[in-house]
Amino acid sequence: MKPIHWLAVVPFIGMLIGPIVHNDVRPFIFGMPFPLGWVTVWVVLTALIMALVYVIDPANRDDTP
Amino acid sequence: MNAALVLIALAAVVALLLGLAARRGRTMGMEQWAVGGRGFGWIFVFLLLAGEIYTTFTFLGASGFAYGLGAPAYYIIAYGTLAYVIAYFMLPPIWAYARDHGLHSQPDFFTHKYDSQALGALVSLVDLVALLPYLVLQLTGLGIIVVAAGYGAVSKDVAVWIGAAIVTVYVIVSGIHGSAWTAVLKDILILVVVLFLGIYLPVHLYGGIGPMFEKIDAAKPGFLAFAASGQSVAWFVSTVLLTALGFFMWPHSFSACYTAKEARVFRRNAIILPIYQLVLLFVFFVGFAAVLRVPGLHGGDTNLALFKLVTQEFPPVVVGIIGAAGIFTALVPGSLISMTASMLLAKNLIGLARPGATDTQHVALAKWLVPVIMLVAVYFTLTGNATIVTMLLVGYSYVTQLFPSVIASLMRRNRVSAAGAFAGILVGVMITTVLTFTKTTIGSVFPELPEAVRDLNVGIVALVGNVVVMLAVSAATRSRVPAARAA
Repeated sequence: MKPIHWLAVVPFIGMLIGPIVHNDVRPFIFGMPFPLGWVTVWVVLTALIMALVYVIDPANRDDTP
Repeated sequence: MNAALVLIALAAVVALLLGLAARRGRTMGMEQWAVGGRGFGWIFVFLLLAGEIYTTFTFLGASGFAYGLGAPAYYIIAYGTLAYVIAYFMLPPIWAYARDHGLHSQPDFFTHKYDSQALGALVSLVDLVALLPYLVLQLTGLGIIVVAAGYGAVSKDVAVWIGAAIVTVYVIVSGIHGSAWTAVLKDILILVVVLFLGIYLPVHLYGGIGPMFEKIDAAKPGFLAFAASGQSVAWFVSTVLLTALGFFMWPHSFSACYTAKEARVFRRNAIILPIYQLVLLFVFFVGFAAVLRVPGLHGGDTNLALFKLVTQEFPPVVVGIIGAAGIFTALVPGSLISMTASMLLAKNLIGLARPGATDTQHVALAKWLVPVIMLVAVYFTLTGNATIVTMLLVGYSYVTQLFPSVIASLMRRNRVSAAGAFAGILVGVMITTVLTFTKTTIGSVFPELPEAVRDLNVGIVALVGNVVVMLAVSAATRSRVPAARAA
């Protein structure tokens, strides 16, 4: 594992910690019940984190297959 | 014949023509038929991998899940997203190994990695037992959609027979190319339909998404957050983790990754697929919109929530378009599943009895087996066998048992032996079977444990048993045959 790969652990923690810490309908997030809104926000953050990993990961440079 | 039915029939014809046209003059040998000549770019791979998101199970099941159970449905969005993160690391080496060794199926991977035909055969059996109910589910969903969207003008049996025939024909002719081409139209249609329904229905019926959830929360307090026991937060966390591990262990998803032309395809998809997963949110919105509008559906009938609401709110033309999108969600995964099942049956099980057979002979047999697999699936669909429903629940847990030995085999030095992998998978599958059929939960065996432990997904027990046995047997077999599996 290259150091940047460890960033991929963040979505696992982020996605799951919300309902563990706060399992309640309120406050609403973007009109959605808290657990659903939390998961939704983390789906977007996961995509952003993986985009960052992709850009930094040397495996994706043009000179490597 | 009503307008809706005309549109659904049209969709069926288009699916067939598109599936046939996908062949485009190619000779369908093993390489083309099973893995698309390993030449698919990111869009086709994206659609094949995303195929899991929009099967009839998600279209009907996710809306029905949200409608019937509320909060537990949230896990569906979470686990897919995390599965793609795992895929970023796991799929490139699997793909590279498959390319270098000319693999065509998931059992091929085990047979080669562990140098054991017995292990390949065991994986084939696990795969078949998991795939068949999944195929039955697609056909069952197809029947439900055609009956509901066609206002009952066509019977379930007729719909299932026609759907199965269409898939059989284009799978035989075009193989995975047929799945990929029809997947393009499927995903465009479903995207439009789901976004429209998921936005229009809450706004039209409740005045917006926020107001909709306010009203549901007022009418059913607690429905939108996790329960204190049962499908609690502990259940959510353990289920998300388990299913994320199992996601790419489905044999048709696993071997769909062989079709990519370069490894970067998977890493790029790890960015896009989570966003795509969000479309499921709108499927949930439809399910939630139905909660106060078409109340009173229970058990298996919750799967009808989407179509009950849709037929109540829209004219037949719109219902027809939704139905047309719906049958694509059955046909495309159905084609991939039936192709995968017949492939591994021909090559990895029947192939054992004819060791000299070439790939050409394997693929010829596989094409003959497509209608056989389909007939079996149609039989179970029409008889509505109760066992098949239970089998479906275990299917996911079964394929998850393959995860430990796949990961071990990707390590620089694999410490797991073929015997260890074999024993681990076997034990995992057996534990899963016993626990499911006896409806055992951790809480029912150890009622004195804290709630958070009692509610853990019982699949964890099977996975832990699997890993322990796998490591123990590997240690024992390695000491007897030193360095036998160093490669």
